[in-house]
Amino acid sequence: MKEDFVLQVKGVNKSFGGVKAVDNVSFNVFKGDILGIIGPNGSGKTTLVNLITGFVKADSGTVFAGEKKLTGLAPDKIAGLGIVRTFQIPRPYHSLSAIKNLVVPLYSSRIMRTIGGKLGDRDTVALDILEEIGFERDAHVPYKLASAFSEGYLKRLELARCLALKPHVIIMDELFSGLSVSEIAAMIPMVERLQMNGITIMMVEHRVRELFQLANRVMVMNFGEKIAEDVPDNIMKSDIVKQAYLGVT
Amino acid sequence: MDKRKERLDRGIKVRTEGIYAISSWRGIAYVLLPTLSFILVMLTLPLIVPSTTWQRIMTIACIFALLALSFDFLAHFVGIVCLGGAFFTGVGGYISGLLNSAFGLPMAITIPIATIAGGAICTLFLIPCLPIRGIYFAIVSLMYPILFHRVIQALNIFGGTDGLPGLATFPNIWVELYSIIPITLLLTFGLRRLVNEDFGIVLRAIKDNDQAVRASNINIAWYKTKAVYIASAIGCFAGACLAHLYGWVGLSLFALDFSIFPIAATVVGGGGTLVGPIIGAFILAPLSEMLRAFGPLRVVFYSLILAGLVIYKTEGLLPFLQRKYHQFERWTEV
Amino acid sequence: MNIFIFGLVNSVILALIASGFALVYGVSRLANFAHGALYILVGFATWLFLNRLGINYIGSILLSIIIVSAIGAAIYRLLLIRVKGMPASEIIASLAIGIAIMELFRWRGFISEAYMLPPFVKGSVNIAGVFIDWQRLIIIGVGLGMMLFLWLFTHHTKVGLSLRAIAQDKHASIMSGIEPDRTAVISLAMGSALAGIAAVVILPLGNITVETGYMVLTNAIAVCIIGGLGSWAGVFAGAFLLGFTEILTAALIGPQWQMVVVLLFIILTLILKPSGLLGRQKELEERV
Repeated sequence: MKEDFVLQVKGVNKSFGGVKAVDNVSFNVFKGDILGIIGPNGSGKTTLVNLITGFVKADSGTVFAGEKKLTGLAPDKIAGLGIVRTFQIPRPYHSLSAIKNLVVPLYSSRIMRTIGGKLGDRDTVALDILEEIGFERDAHVPYKLASAFSEGYLKRLELARCLALKPHVIIMDELFSGLSVSEIAAMIPMVERLQMNGITIMMVEHRVRELFQLANRVMVMNFGEKIAEDVPDNIMKSDIVKQAYLGVT
Repeated sequence: MDKRKERLDRGIKVRTEGIYAISSWRGIAYVLLPTLSFILVMLTLPLIVPSTTWQRIMTIACIFALLALSFDFLAHFVGIVCLGGAFFTGVGGYISGLLNSAFGLPMAITIPIATIAGGAICTLFLIPCLPIRGIYFAIVSLMYPILFHRVIQALNIFGGTDGLPGLATFPNIWVELYSIIPITLLLTFGLRRLVNEDFGIVLRAIKDNDQAVRASNINIAWYKTKAVYIASAIGCFAGACLAHLYGWVGLSLFALDFSIFPIAATVVGGGGTLVGPIIGAFILAPLSEMLRAFGPLRVVFYSLILAGLVIYKTEGLLPFLQRKYHQFERWTEV
Repeated sequence: MNIFIFGLVNSVILALIASGFALVYGVSRLANFAHGALYILVGFATWLFLNRLGINYIGSILLSIIIVSAIGAAIYRLLLIRVKGMPASEIIASLAIGIAIMELFRWRGFISEAYMLPPFVKGSVNIAGVFIDWQRLIIIGVGLGMMLFLWLFTHHTKVGLSLRAIAQDKHASIMSGIEPDRTAVISLAMGSALAGIAAVVILPLGNITVETGYMVLTNAIAVCIIGGLGSWAGVFAGAFLLGFTEILTAALIGPQWQMVVVLLFIILTLILKPSGLLGRQKELEERV
């Protein structure tokens, strides 16, 4: 059974100056899962993502990816293991074009050797990834500076940056936030396709409706603690979740 | 009737973008003209200027241009503000000077060694402040030249306050000019090529958003180290040349001028262009030379220029020229 | 005993010269690289008022401190305000202004033995077998007085509280009606005045030279980095650590090594604990 876990989080804690941002949270992510994480603002979801991906050091607790211990590794090393993340607020390399934005992950040691080294080789791969993620191929779009893109494109670029690393786990930090309903509708099949390609997904999300449609398991957080974890249907019925979200007693 | 100024790309600029540049001779000329004229001016300038004094000023300008180039590269393509130009010239100059005076090695050997080893030494000293963001790198790089100055003074090594005189010099002004100018051009265009290649793209990405680069499985400290090595090697090369220009190394190689002047040159010429700093250095060096009679006022003068240009956020000379070349302006009715 | 007393004096000196820099950085996140220049500016101004204009000593001191705080405020209001929020430009611009001021003095020929301020009280006293001149005792007194004043000012006056508020949370303070530009002007004026007070009590110990300006800048920065940028307790901890180490180095190895020790300390701090002794490094959280 154990080899089915791609991520195993065991009792992680993190406090910022007296405030417990993440309080003794444990959970497992199974291979092929789409695990959704919901919770009110400030419930520690983003901190949890930062803890798993190494951007913030945990006060205590461990994170395992299979047999490999992630706790204590630098963010770039964790990304090198194929566990990649998107950022909540997409901040692309604004002085570079969309294509060149993808050249950066393609230059990483994880990917470097799988692509030819000649000038322009990476650009071709980058163009393929961009097309896959919904950028028009022959138009000028991929050559535009990243600073000229709208939020929807930036989120896709963010996802493309992850895909360029050929990950087996993607942790999406509020991928849908700031997007219009139609943009989200266009993103959902993309996420489903990633899952079908065998990528395990962990989604931190505020858009509960879309999340419940995608996820096969949902974890709820409040005040840094994990308060529930179940299949979406049960979560929707659960009283404890209603209490946390709506204040209904 | 209200009017506003409109700025549009020239037709020929649009027609010569990308592969279409080779569609006509005129297009090729349009694309190559700025670069070629820059190279031509740089190479013929020493022939035009009236006296050997001015030719010497040209070489000095080149030295400063190299330092400015290294500053511009770090500041605008890697996002590291390095105030330690004097650190590079000092280390490069002293290595070259020591090798020449202690072991009698010729210039052709000391300068390359000073460049390679000096770059490594400077980088080693600067590594501790690389992982930290903020103003630390600027502060520490500003302090190193002062530290080295003090250490040499305190230990009374390397000739102490007197320095090391009697080093080998360039055989004549022409050898001097026509070895340093082409190298300056080579480094300028080499760096410009580098920042557009994949390695340079990663550096520029670090400048824009270092966290996303880390999330892309790239060790940013390592890439910054490489970038600092490139910049400090260029600076050390400049320092080594300086040592052999004067035939002397001394504590003045660690002087603040070498840190401030290149920054002023970069701001005058236009940061982030790599060619701009060269132009800036060739404007400021003669000016500063003319003010030599005023002694310390020279430093006051270019400090004020620097402060003024930075505060009023001028775009710099080269971006201005580029705009004039590629675009035209006209008044249109609103 | 000798080492203890001189170490103490040296620590207070360092705390005095660093407090102005720390105040400005703490409040407005502006690394004021013109700090050293403002320091010697006060020295030379006092000297000029005293010897050229014949104003009495106290008058010259007050006048030059007022002038320098006006200059500090003007530098921010007229110049640095335009590059606010761009750390590289801030550093380059303030450094350039500082160098311009200092080199201007060098150019006007302010480089000789003649430029020195008289001590407030001549002579020395014997404390526990160590002869110490009154001026050094005054420095300690002024240093303690200044700490007390700063503490009272930042905890019990409206302006002081607004400075602390801005330092702690800029956005929340703006929402409560505190104007960041105004507090920055105040912080620069106060920081410059602090540099001025430090200058007038410390400079009588020796000559006024242009090099002092550079020394003061490096020392102030060193203290702040070692103690932790933006932390008051850190400034004092850093000043005492550095102050005693400097004196010990001077006594055991030789005075020419003081500067080296200072820089060594900075490098070690950056390697071992980049946030400084007591500084709180902002977690990445906010930027991710």
